[in-house]
Amino acid sequence: MKIGAPREIFEGENRVAMTPDSATQLIKLGHSCVIESGAGAKAGFSDALYQAAGVEVVKTAADLFKAADVVVKVRGPEEAEARLLRQGQTLISFFWPAQNEALLKQVAEAGATVVAMDMVPRISRAQKMDALSSMANIAGYRAVIEAGNNFGRFFTGQVTAAGKVPPAKVLIVGAGVAGLAAIGTSVSLGAIVNAFDVRPEVAEQIESMGANFVFLEFEATQDGAATGGYAAPSSPEFREKQLAKFRELAPEMDIVITTALIPGRPAPKLWTEDMVKLMKPGSVIVDLAAERGGNCDLTVPDQKIVTDNGVTVIGYTDFPSRMAAQASTLYSTNIRHMLTDLTPKKDGVILHNMEDDVIRGATVAHAGAVTYPPPPPKIAAIAAAKPKEKPKELTPEEKRAKETAAFKAQTRNQVGMLLGGGALILLAGLYAPASFMSHFIVFVLSVYVGVQVIWNVSHSLHTPLMAVTNAISSIIILGALMQIGSGNLLVVVLAALSVFMAGINIFGGFMVTRRMLAMFQKS
Amino acid sequence: MEYGFTTAAYVVAAVLFIQSLGGLSGQESAKRAVWYGIVGMALAVAATLYGPGAGNWLISLVMVAAGGVIGWYVAQKVQMTEMPQLVAAMHSLVGLAAVFIGYNTHIELAVVQAMDTAAQEAATGFAATLVHKLHDPMAGALISILRVETFLGVFIGAVTFTGSVIAFGKLAGKVDGKAKKLPGGHVLNASAAIISLVLLFVYLQTGSTAALLVMTLAALFIGYHLIMGIGGADMPVVVSMLNSYSGWAAAAIGFSLSNDLLIVVGALVGSSGAILSYIMCKAMNRSFVSVILGGFGGTTGPAMEVTGEQIAIDAEGVAAALNDADSIIIIPGYGMAVAQAQQSVSELTRKLRAKGKNVRFAIHPVAGRLPGHMNVLLAEAKVPYDIVLEMDEINEDFPETDVAIVIGSNDIVNPAAQEDPNSPIAGMPVLECWKAKQVFVSKRGQGTGYSGIENPLFFKENTRMFYGDAKKSIDQLLPMID
Repeated sequence: MKIGAPREIFEGENRVAMTPDSATQLIKLGHSCVIESGAGAKAGFSDALYQAAGVEVVKTAADLFKAADVVVKVRGPEEAEARLLRQGQTLISFFWPAQNEALLKQVAEAGATVVAMDMVPRISRAQKMDALSSMANIAGYRAVIEAGNNFGRFFTGQVTAAGKVPPAKVLIVGAGVAGLAAIGTSVSLGAIVNAFDVRPEVAEQIESMGANFVFLEFEATQDGAATGGYAAPSSPEFREKQLAKFRELAPEMDIVITTALIPGRPAPKLWTEDMVKLMKPGSVIVDLAAERGGNCDLTVPDQKIVTDNGVTVIGYTDFPSRMAAQASTLYSTNIRHMLTDLTPKKDGVILHNMEDDVIRGATVAHAGAVTYPPPPPKIAAIAAAKPKEKPKELTPEEKRAKETAAFKAQTRNQVGMLLGGGALILLAGLYAPASFMSHFIVFVLSVYVGVQVIWNVSHSLHTPLMAVTNAISSIIILGALMQIGSGNLLVVVLAALSVFMAGINIFGGFMVTRRMLAMFQKS
Repeated sequence: MEYGFTTAAYVVAAVLFIQSLGGLSGQESAKRAVWYGIVGMALAVAATLYGPGAGNWLISLVMVAAGGVIGWYVAQKVQMTEMPQLVAAMHSLVGLAAVFIGYNTHIELAVVQAMDTAAQEAATGFAATLVHKLHDPMAGALISILRVETFLGVFIGAVTFTGSVIAFGKLAGKVDGKAKKLPGGHVLNASAAIISLVLLFVYLQTGSTAALLVMTLAALFIGYHLIMGIGGADMPVVVSMLNSYSGWAAAAIGFSLSNDLLIVVGALVGSSGAILSYIMCKAMNRSFVSVILGGFGGTTGPAMEVTGEQIAIDAEGVAAALNDADSIIIIPGYGMAVAQAQQSVSELTRKLRAKGKNVRFAIHPVAGRLPGHMNVLLAEAKVPYDIVLEMDEINEDFPETDVAIVIGSNDIVNPAAQEDPNSPIAGMPVLECWKAKQVFVSKRGQGTGYSGIENPLFFKENTRMFYGDAKKSIDQLLPMID
């Protein structure tokens, strides 16, 4: 099959869906590749690089759409591009089928197959083609860089000869992929990072990235996590609590990065105008949800504005495109993984298996019909984890009470065992002859000594311990030696055999122990 | 008097033996401790030869020498990976010796009882001790006790003997390592045990040789069948249990021969083995009984479904991660012993440490087929013991670790033990290697571990499977570490 990537015609889109690297991999799958001249230029990939990788370069988009069996793109098709799609052709790109129903219908009627990269189900197997995550990762990183660019101070605190610099305080709202990437980037730049999310189970992830989880005191009547690892809309009471918390944080924060999105809805308004007013001049807000209306009241999509009180609000929607080289590398790898799954035999023949959960989920138009929305996947997506119940902190009194109880129980146990054991021995003493009892006492004491001594043996020396005990258990040779002087021939033979076997054990056991111990050495 | 001297020598020997075991608390003192044991043994044997009852010096010395030569030869030749089977084989010798000595006591007693008074007076050696008992005012009770002791000694000895032989076979791969039972299962064991108990009373009353013989057969069967029913990873418990049995057998024989040193040492060895078994069981979160009864018990519900896929990685990928990592923890298991990979692992460790990386080993108490097996293998490969750590010492460090390498272990790194309450190994303490930033699992194929349960670790996002023979895999890595 021939796979082609046209130049993105969307204004300001710098990314490209195929890189020379990904083309090399695709050719290994048995495909051939074609690209529109200049498609990779804005991402830093010249036509020459593509040609070197064995990619055919064609002059116009029309030529490309004619040549390619599979068209790979970043942005969904524009009207003009959609018209170029033909019967049996496959388009792989972002599509947003819910928002582009008319376009979807048109493409489906043309008989083309559309694989929407934004519809890849969120299951473990599909992670390698989850372009939303890889783009969100870039957006999170770029948001911090963009904020730093507009922020007049260091991120990290410093004490210099020229004075002390306080560290920047960053608040990240929404700890999805983008949020976590933003946390990681700002932490590594040295800022003090706080992060908030409505899903309590991400607290651990936030903390693992080195940020503080902003804890919200709220009755656990509702769980913010829906299936699929996305957030669900929250109740009005919860929202009030949340906003109150933000209002409390606003004056302290230097940089606020909001990433809160709820699938299929406009972005929730979480950073209200009054919060912006509370912020210090020079602070920066980066709204990653700008494309969907923004989390901040003042966000203007695709614009950077400065409010009256000197707060910069950045509402760019093209963060991944601003890092076109990186974004193209990751996106083209996602595409390549998708094509790998579509080419199961690695023979250059595309097999559109609609039984496969991932392929079915991502396909929104196939064989002349609209196939969106897909049926629920057979494998459940990332399950909404139950919030962990924190072990209750014990008060000092409770702790002491517990210790006392444990001590008492131990005492009871020991006294009980001593009494019981003592009684048993006394009972035996009443009936058994004295000579037996004297041996018996030796026995009991030896067991006791053995237990005390063995507990101290270090774990790493357990094998030598076994070898040594094995060697000394051949003390049984004494028994044989005592009997070997007997007048009875059978006894002598058996005793002699026992001596022989014990002899093997004594020498073998001690020798091998010495060998082992000699090996243990300090560094 | 000769007897007094022997007893004094025994006291010294007993103290030396205790010192010898106590010295094993540290690697350095252990080297001295072995000598205490050797001196103790030499003293005990010399004193016994000098003391009452001994005769036929020539035979004794020849036998000891012959046994010694064989023991010496075996000890020099044995591979460290073969330690488990060597230890098991040696246990079987002690068991068999106990059976023989028990029979001797039985025979001597019958002989002495059949003698007339004059002959009894003239008896020497061991027979004299028995005569002494016969003439005691409480002769009846003494003889009964003697019979019980002899009976017990033979019983435990016989169980230890066949049990150890089977354990040896399993560990050496000569007997199929899987848990196997004859039809009837534990009922057979139980009935054999009941038969032995009945025979004890018969023997107590009559002193019949037949009862002793039949009991011996029953005990041999119990030993065989019991160990046949236990497999694979439970072997550390089995070996330490047999170790314990061999001690109790010696103690029982000591009672019947009225020899305090035998009692002392038997009790020391017995309790040592019992404690080791206890530690092993605790490390698997299973009761001793459930291990002995064999196999993993039934699950209480369906196991948690494992989602995701095992992602393979090649040597270059592992080497790159190792070159980048600052702290590395290696978790060896039985697979490392099977592949004889310890030398390669040691070489890898040396190279990584030379680059200033923090390389440590995490040892689970039941890793391998013998308590402490991994420590010995690593020591053989010259891995310094101060970087080889126990589970409790190192488990907290995984979250700060860049790379964890699992070499041939499976169940001891299974997160299901903590995450899935329905898992057969739920609650077993495991090494939490999945908390490390990256985990590499060196493994031969996609199979499950001894317990036969799926290991979710292999499906985790930060886990990469490094398939192949452990030794070859590690050898591949070596040139790539720069």
